[in-house]
Amino acid sequence: MGKTLFDKIWEKHIVRSIPDGPSVLYIDKHFIHEVTSPQAFNGLDKRGLKVLRPQQVVATADHNVPTMQQHLPIKDELSRKQVQQLIENCVNHNIELYGLGHPFQGIVHVIGPELGITQPGMTIVCGDSHTSTHGAFGAVAFGIGTSEVEMVMATQCMLQSKPKLMRINIDGELNNGVVSKDIILYIISKISASGATGYFVEYAGSAIRKLSMEARMTICNMSIEMGARGGMIAPDAITFEYIKGRLFAPGNDQWDKKLASWKELYTDKDALFDNEIYIKAADIEPMITYGTNPGMGISVNGKIPSETEIADKEKIHFIKSLQYMGLQPGTMIKGKKVDYVFIGSCTNSRIEDLRMVASFVKGKKKADNVEVWVVPGSKQVEMQAKKEGIDTIFQQAGFILRQPGCSACLGMNEDKIPAGKYCISTSNRNFEGRQGPNARTLLASPLTAAVAAITGEVGDVRDYLSTNITGEHSFNQLPFTIDQ
Amino acid sequence: MSKAINIIQSGFVPLNIENIDTDQIIPARFLKATSRDGFGQNLFRDWRYNNDDVNQPKTEFILNNPAYKGKILVAGKNFGCGSSREHAAWAIKDYGFDVVVSSFYADIFKSNALNNFLLPVRVSEDFLQRIYKAADKDPLTELNINLQEQTITILETGDQEIFDISAYKKTCLLNGYDDIDYLLSIRSEIEQFEVQKS
Repeated sequence: MGKTLFDKIWEKHIVRSIPDGPSVLYIDKHFIHEVTSPQAFNGLDKRGLKVLRPQQVVATADHNVPTMQQHLPIKDELSRKQVQQLIENCVNHNIELYGLGHPFQGIVHVIGPELGITQPGMTIVCGDSHTSTHGAFGAVAFGIGTSEVEMVMATQCMLQSKPKLMRINIDGELNNGVVSKDIILYIISKISASGATGYFVEYAGSAIRKLSMEARMTICNMSIEMGARGGMIAPDAITFEYIKGRLFAPGNDQWDKKLASWKELYTDKDALFDNEIYIKAADIEPMITYGTNPGMGISVNGKIPSETEIADKEKIHFIKSLQYMGLQPGTMIKGKKVDYVFIGSCTNSRIEDLRMVASFVKGKKKADNVEVWVVPGSKQVEMQAKKEGIDTIFQQAGFILRQPGCSACLGMNEDKIPAGKYCISTSNRNFEGRQGPNARTLLASPLTAAVAAITGEVGDVRDYLSTNITGEHSFNQLPFTIDQ
Repeated sequence: MSKAINIIQSGFVPLNIENIDTDQIIPARFLKATSRDGFGQNLFRDWRYNNDDVNQPKTEFILNNPAYKGKILVAGKNFGCGSSREHAAWAIKDYGFDVVVSSFYADIFKSNALNNFLLPVRVSEDFLQRIYKAADKDPLTELNINLQEQTITILETGDQEIFDISAYKKTCLLNGYDDIDYLLSIRSEIEQFEVQKS
């Protein structure tokens, strides 16, 4: 019987298997950040241990950092201490740190790929659930807890039971205006916020193959939002092209050898999955969430379900959720006024995301009733946006282009959405209080967020398009033709 | 810090809500500590207090109901979904719970709980409903959890179910071992693996 992509990578990294227990899995790359690492370093210190393979660890400061005036000391005392602690720990353990002020600083799941650190066939972990992002390169990448961070620092290994495997096939042509964020929001709305728990997911199919690397990252990023341990996509020419020439990518002397091994990374034709799901790309419309978990998503043209459409068991959660959101069952979401637009997070803060927004916004002004925050995923994204004049487009539209960090995705810094306010967000979670106590989050794609920024309400990007914009588009250049 | 567990018999707090994510268990703004201690005071912070004020408890929230107490937290399916923050497990443990009972756990939360000697007991949906019913009838109802036997019993009714746990993790919990001890013990094998791999 053939092997899956996951199996091929997993098997190469098993040091030993414990009878009736987990396997010892070897980890190639370990990303760390300021919030989930301090207790792990404390643990090492208590045991009198040093990080075993510091050259396989990369650190950045992203979760709690301010996104304005990053050159000044962090005002919040606890955040400042946490970042300071990371600096000290990295110095003590000889770990490369791309901290505040460094030209490579940024959200951990943005910088790994853009620096060429993330490569096919690797095992990658980080104390952050969105580590699944790196799976877009055909890597086994997943989020871990702090005890596991300590484990990996101490031994470069962790104990893992092999997950079940699921393949989600998306075939056919995407509709105009539908981008990768819509694909993943659609999938989660179909299989629910817990539908892939216990599974590692491979995304496949003709619609996936056409996506750019950044679009693929958006999909893999949100695998955890349906409970999956991770998500991955087999590497192909688009992957290799993306990696080539990046700072930590294999050099010319190594390239051919690496490439040959990467080309072996695909699921064999006769390999079996524990579960397989088929989706028609044509069924996907621009998506938005209305509730308080990422599975509560509908088309922007759709109605919020009425109570009668909800299974009895789910009713309590549904009612509680809509009460929190201040939304009515059975009503249209289109036309709903919003107060904030947040474009950022490890899901949608890459240069193609900013280009996508800029292509829509160019020459327009934001609506008076909204505040728009654009937070680039990294220093490099920020610099590239400035080089392309995207910052000027945003400035003229009345948007604020901030500095890199996780920002309002989780509101650990001061970028919080005020209580009761509605925020269209390109991030990954709409949980109660996620963006600030009592904040109300509507998850959507960068294009749908851009529409809300300009019109002040939830709308369908297709009502404004004269040219095709789809997930297949690589957003390599500006400008696109948009109806004015 | 961590300690072995085997038999736990205690009252419990029935939190009849599904999909409880780790942002509810411990909101991100409380993740700024650099030690593992003290997270219990902010457990379910935004469900426990009005206006983020500890002097304004939400009386309708079960954790603020003095009738329900004990070392066991009982909650709806897909418990601990969302962020990988181990702070969620620390907060539950620090508050005084040794066991969580649910019909379904998010993967990362489950690992985090086990690594902190917080026992995640998975029961059937039917058994979960029976636990809620027993608590409705009498808030003082106790549960007995026996790790060695892998049983959970509602004392009042005698209802019992067997729960799953990997033999490896069971040994760890019964003896107070952790994964790092184990991995450190095979370090030379790991180093050998690295040589072969490269």
